[in-house]
Amino acid sequence: MAEILVLVDHVDGAVRKTTTELLTIARRIGEPAAVFLGSGYEAARDTLARFGAVKVYVAESPEFDDYLVAPHAEVLAQIASTAQPSAVLVTSNPDGKEIAGRLAVKLESGVITDAVDVDSDLTTTQSVFAGGYTVNARVTQGTAIITVKPNAVTPEPAETTPVEEKVAVTISDAAKRAKVVARTARAATGRPELTEAAIVVSGGRGTGGEFGPVEALADALGGAVGASRAAVDSGWYPHSHQVGQTGKTVSPQLYIAAGISGAIQHRAGMQTSKTIVVVNKDAEAPIFSMADFGVVGDLHTVLRQATEEIEKRKG
Amino acid sequence: MKIVVLVKHVPDAAADRGFNESDHTTDRAGVDGILSELDEYAVEEALKLSDSGEADVIAVTMGPDGALDAIKRSLQMGAASGVHVVDDALHGSDAVATSKVLAAAISKLGDVNLVLTGMASTDGGMSVVPAMLAERLGFAHIGFVGELGFADGKVSARRDADVTETVEASLPAVVSVTDQINEPRYPSFKGIMAAKKKPVETWSLADLGVDAGSVGLSAAWSVVEAVTARPERTQGEIVTDEGDGGVKVAEYLAGQKFI
Repeated sequence: MAEILVLVDHVDGAVRKTTTELLTIARRIGEPAAVFLGSGYEAARDTLARFGAVKVYVAESPEFDDYLVAPHAEVLAQIASTAQPSAVLVTSNPDGKEIAGRLAVKLESGVITDAVDVDSDLTTTQSVFAGGYTVNARVTQGTAIITVKPNAVTPEPAETTPVEEKVAVTISDAAKRAKVVARTARAATGRPELTEAAIVVSGGRGTGGEFGPVEALADALGGAVGASRAAVDSGWYPHSHQVGQTGKTVSPQLYIAAGISGAIQHRAGMQTSKTIVVVNKDAEAPIFSMADFGVVGDLHTVLRQATEEIEKRKG
Repeated sequence: MKIVVLVKHVPDAAADRGFNESDHTTDRAGVDGILSELDEYAVEEALKLSDSGEADVIAVTMGPDGALDAIKRSLQMGAASGVHVVDDALHGSDAVATSKVLAAAISKLGDVNLVLTGMASTDGGMSVVPAMLAERLGFAHIGFVGELGFADGKVSARRDADVTETVEASLPAVVSVTDQINEPRYPSFKGIMAAKKKPVETWSLADLGVDAGSVGLSAAWSVVEAVTARPERTQGEIVTDEGDGGVKVAEYLAGQKFI
């Protein structure tokens, strides 16, 4: 059975949930082989084994952190050339897409981005035009390079004892052109990562800049906080939380939109959410047409009361 | 300094976009086209550089006849000249082929120091072409840039991806910018009039030395097998808050097992 390479997305060996989703998908298609690039493999080993990596290519080097991802693409291409996998799966995020794009040119292979599902025959499913259409596609040349969106599947453990293959790392000068001189992790909020969260509570213009009720409800539900472009442009919430075409695309189990009218720009980022709940003062707000449940009312009072009621029910 | 801004003419996202039934390509005729909104930030950033010093800003697009509108808009905003790559054989090209053609156009222009792009097109939205271009041209690539500066022949950028990074690269470079980097200008009346006199070159694949058989739908390295309109979401229950709206939300969430 052909290998399916899964590029491990991690921070110093802390494996992100998206990688466990990719390993779960890879098991449907062929033999999951994880590719670990960077530092801290020891910390990553157990997670990769638990989610079914039959093999792990380990290219450990602190040098990866000194540059943007061109070196990742270079070493991944080198591994793929030897392993001859039928597909390479990468997380759909800015770094993942740069790697996928470079890899497609290096391997002379087709690339598909933002898959929300991948079948055992490598047919992909994507949601396009602001969620208005579903597209099924397939790579027809070379190795299928596919970037997969977070939350595409529920990660399922399948314990293995992976074979580890150490890969010697040599990075060309050409891949060292974009040098990282400083890196600031986002301030920890204690909340789940927006694109990975099962529940997202977002606030828009209707918050009037007061995100307290939005955050409190998110915390009561164990969810992440999002914001519309209007709220971000007003400086009320950081851009890293923006849901929409020019921000993050989310596809959670539950999306609560508070004080958001539902411009196409926003809908593009949340239309594939499983359940949508809307709270808005304006009964004519277009977002109500998407709501599974909606309340016409002031979000400040409705969200506060909902939070209290949820806390009460949780005991 | 020679700056190329890549601009794309896309179906207006506010309209009812769709696909051509015969070949599953984007319908570019049935919907009004506009300059991809996210490309305006790249044009603005290029113009800011030319406002503050010596820079020649060239807007480059690839697309059918209508794509010339994206060039015109860029010229009205202030770009000095334009290049329109147009060829029937390009219809249905994938991102890999697109990057090949654009790389050939940039090479033909010669001595390009900086290629600016938006963070994504608002139609295909793959965000892979800038990295592919950098790979082909051997340029540095910095994507998702929220702040850009120049000093001593180097670009310095704040990159807003999963973490915030400060990145340096020597020129030439490909830089894609986010919608956080600036506030794009509207074309002034003077700009609109001046644009009419600005030079626009039209290049075919033959002009670029790109084999027509290596691009277009039949040479694409991925194929769309099916396109399905997503069923409209059906509206559920909408209630008006009468002092118990929050409790009703909680009841609904409990009923759906979210609590």
